[in-house]
Amino acid sequence: MTPLQLIFLFTGAAILISAVMVVVAHNLVHAALWLVVSLFGVAVLFVLLEAGFLAAVQVVLYIGAIAILIIFAIMLTRRVMQDSGPQTNQQWWLSALIAVALFVALLWTLSQVAYPLANVPVPESYLITLGRSFVDPNQYALPFEVASVLLLVALIGSIVIAGEKGK
Amino acid sequence: MTPDLLTWLIPVPPLLAFFLIVLFTNKDKVLSHTIALVGIGLSWIWSLSIFLRVLGVEHFGEEENVIASSIPWLPVGAESLPMGVLVDPLTAVMLFFVSLACLMIFIYSVGYSNFGKPLDPHDQPGQPPHNGIEPLYSRFFAFLSLFAFGMLTLVVADNVLLMFIGWEIMGLCSYLLIGFWYARDYPDPKQITPRRAAVKAFMTTRVGDVLMLLGIVYLYFQTGTLSFREIMHANGGQAVSMLAGLDSFIPGLSVAGLIGLLLFAGTVGKSAQFPLHVWLPDAMEGPTPVSAMIHAATMVSAGVYAMVRLFPLLSAGWHHGGPLTPPMMAMAAIGAFTALFAATIAVAQNDVKKVLAYSTISQLGYMIAALGIGAYIAAAFHLVTHAFFKALLFLGSGSVIHGVEHGQHHVAHEASHSAKHEASAEAHDPSHNQQSAISNQQSFDPQNMLNMGGLRQKMPVTFWTFLIGGLALSGFPLITAGFWSKDAILGGAWEGEHFIVFAVLAVAAFLTAFYTMRQISLTFLGQPRTQAAEHAKENVWTMTLPLVILSFFAVTAGWVGIPEDFPVLGGLLPNWFHEFVGGTLLEHPPAEVFNLIPLATSLVVALGGLALGWLVYRNIPAGAEDPLQRALGPIHTLLKNKYYFDELYDFIFVRPVRWLSEVFVSAWMDKGLIDGLLHWIGRTSMRLGDAFRNYFDAPIINGAGDLVGEGVKRFGNSFRVIQTGKVQYYLLITMVAVIALGGVFLIFTR
Amino acid sequence: MIPLSWYLTLAAALFCIGLYGVLARKNAVAILMGIELMLNAVNINLVAFWHYLTPTTVSGQMFAIIVFVVAASEAAVGLALIISIYRRRNTVVAEEIDLMKW
Repeated sequence: MTPLQLIFLFTGAAILISAVMVVVAHNLVHAALWLVVSLFGVAVLFVLLEAGFLAAVQVVLYIGAIAILIIFAIMLTRRVMQDSGPQTNQQWWLSALIAVALFVALLWTLSQVAYPLANVPVPESYLITLGRSFVDPNQYALPFEVASVLLLVALIGSIVIAGEKGK
Repeated sequence: MTPDLLTWLIPVPPLLAFFLIVLFTNKDKVLSHTIALVGIGLSWIWSLSIFLRVLGVEHFGEEENVIASSIPWLPVGAESLPMGVLVDPLTAVMLFFVSLACLMIFIYSVGYSNFGKPLDPHDQPGQPPHNGIEPLYSRFFAFLSLFAFGMLTLVVADNVLLMFIGWEIMGLCSYLLIGFWYARDYPDPKQITPRRAAVKAFMTTRVGDVLMLLGIVYLYFQTGTLSFREIMHANGGQAVSMLAGLDSFIPGLSVAGLIGLLLFAGTVGKSAQFPLHVWLPDAMEGPTPVSAMIHAATMVSAGVYAMVRLFPLLSAGWHHGGPLTPPMMAMAAIGAFTALFAATIAVAQNDVKKVLAYSTISQLGYMIAALGIGAYIAAAFHLVTHAFFKALLFLGSGSVIHGVEHGQHHVAHEASHSAKHEASAEAHDPSHNQQSAISNQQSFDPQNMLNMGGLRQKMPVTFWTFLIGGLALSGFPLITAGFWSKDAILGGAWEGEHFIVFAVLAVAAFLTAFYTMRQISLTFLGQPRTQAAEHAKENVWTMTLPLVILSFFAVTAGWVGIPEDFPVLGGLLPNWFHEFVGGTLLEHPPAEVFNLIPLATSLVVALGGLALGWLVYRNIPAGAEDPLQRALGPIHTLLKNKYYFDELYDFIFVRPVRWLSEVFVSAWMDKGLIDGLLHWIGRTSMRLGDAFRNYFDAPIINGAGDLVGEGVKRFGNSFRVIQTGKVQYYLLITMVAVIALGGVFLIFTR
Repeated sequence: MIPLSWYLTLAAALFCIGLYGVLARKNAVAILMGIELMLNAVNINLVAFWHYLTPTTVSGQMFAIIVFVVAASEAAVGLALIISIYRRRNTVVAEEIDLMKW
């Protein structure tokens, strides 16, 4: 077992366990915090995959924005001590079953395929290529712009939806 | 204009007059009668011109020496029945007197229908007029014109079918004219109304017409033709002899005999011989010009004319002096019997027109009997002379009735005046007097001879012309036409040694003279028996002029037929009639051999009858009963009631038919059976429909439709629980589906 | 060398856990957290594939970045919705938001 594999295993376990805690935790704030841990583990995974930029984006975006947002939402929608009582709904067993079944199915599917691995190292200047591709009209300039518009729309939309009525 | 074209045209003007009056000029009385008179006038002029033209022709009537023209008309199989005209000597003579008589009657009708007087507001159309002009004036002339058309067609026809067509047209017109006063009703239900009389006439003649049609069909079937010349003249009368030789399906009767009998049946109906005589007396319900037209000049003569025309067929196989053929025997028997029978009834009649009606029946019997014994010329001669004096007598009777009615109006007028005077004098019962005057008026019968008398002074022209006609009818010797024609018949009977017929006809002649003198005496001689007769006066010139003209012919017409070997007078004038009309037949009939006995008999019966009648009836006072009633007692009642024949026929024929139609067909079959069936079908259909609806449509079909809807609703109802509104639930279902489908996909695409 | 299959397995597990969270949790925010886990699993997959199959092109990373953007906007809008619903109906329990029930 190489050290990388070890790191991977460790990180993977962390991700999975914290994910489980997310979906199991009674206290929502705890769940949110476990989510942060899970997300952090994913960032580490990105680094392992030599996608440093994406790891940075993951941390900044997911943890820094989304998780915080979730915490905000939890705070804003708290009723008086509603952490009591079961946190799962009626058909949780069926959901668990389905999740397991899906996992089995996915595994099985994955095992059927032999992936053509390209044993080529990641180029050093991949980030520059990535950056250039954002603005190159022949490459991904359009998706870039569309994504921007999407964000704008979401921004405006959420303000409208969550905004207070009148004043 | 060629003679055949002229002949074609002769019946046309009255037909045109009929259509013009009916379609256009009905409202205008003057125009209507002008058109009618012009129509008959033209026919008369043309008939006269034809007659004069053929007078000069030598041997007219032989072979091709006739005016003939025909066109193919009715396609029958490969050939056509022709329509055509024929003028032979018989036709010429008929044209002469028919058109003249019709013209006289038309002129007379103008006066009889009170032309010149204003329309009386009390007069209803369909009722006889009281003192104003006939309300249906134009219609009368239209019908008269149609009648004239029918008769003229019959006379000029060259085949049996066209003759029959004219025959039937006259039957229709007699119905229309007898029932002319259709709204007239009598308080006594036994007395026949004009409407019923018209139907009776039509029905009775119909019986004869059907048999005649059978005869015509049979004739056509046997010979293949209906043309007179072809049947009776062509090839020396070969067709007729052939028919005489064939045996019909009745044993002992040849085809010619059977056809003859059937055709004779038509004459029995049309000329009112026994037993179909019942319609003619009741036909007196029509206006008097109609009676004159139908029963003197034209229609009943048509029956005799048909027999005269078809004489070769009827006498097929007979030769002069030999045994009579069956049709001839039938004719002699029925004719002689009818002559006597009708004469006996006429003796006991009080209505002036009824006497003449029975007299007509009797005289027609004479003619038929004459034909029956083979006296062809005599029969034709009597036909001609009878038309003149009988038309004269009828028109004269109409004049008498008119005069008496006028007298009656005068009386009623005075009575109402005096009643008014009395009313102003005594205010107590003015209505009483007026009522009695009016009721007197209503029950007064202007046609009853017992209400007349003494009209000789009041209506002289009518008296003298009527006297001439009556003498002619009785056969007053030498100066009247009736004498010559009647003598010819009696002579022919004696010569052919048909003594029974001779005797019967002689007795009938006696009775004829008797009742004629009775009629003249009761009507004109003695003193007036009622107030109405007292105040009668002579009629207008349009009525008296035709009387005068006809009386001229009643005197002179006989002189064209004086037999050659008559003492003194015979030989002075040739027997033109015998020569001329004899040319109609293939062989001229032999000239009569003169015998003193028939002449003596005829003189005795004529003069004796006239004398007796004058003696008995010359001075009957008012209110007295008929002396004959005392003499004959119950027989008189029998005669007066016409031997109760009408009642007999009513019992045998009319009542069963009425029962059949009213009860059997109408009530039982029509309403009961057919209507019942229809109602049953209706009810059953409704029940069936209801059953269908209640047991099939509603439960099954509706149920099926409802079931579908209901089923979908229930299914939807049970399925809607899936929609819980919970998002996670939906997602769950989605995932389940994904897994399931994915599994299926994976397994089946291994 | 870490085999690709390890990454993929991890991603699959993460995905299923996230799925369980979506389907079984009452609280709406907890559902959203599950969604975020699922999206993360997707991202892991994408980057793994990029790294092992086509490291020279940028399309793998580009795809992942787009997924980030989508996740962000979706989280924003979703939370805004939850807050709005909370304001109206005073609840964030997903089961209680069932107006679309039959």
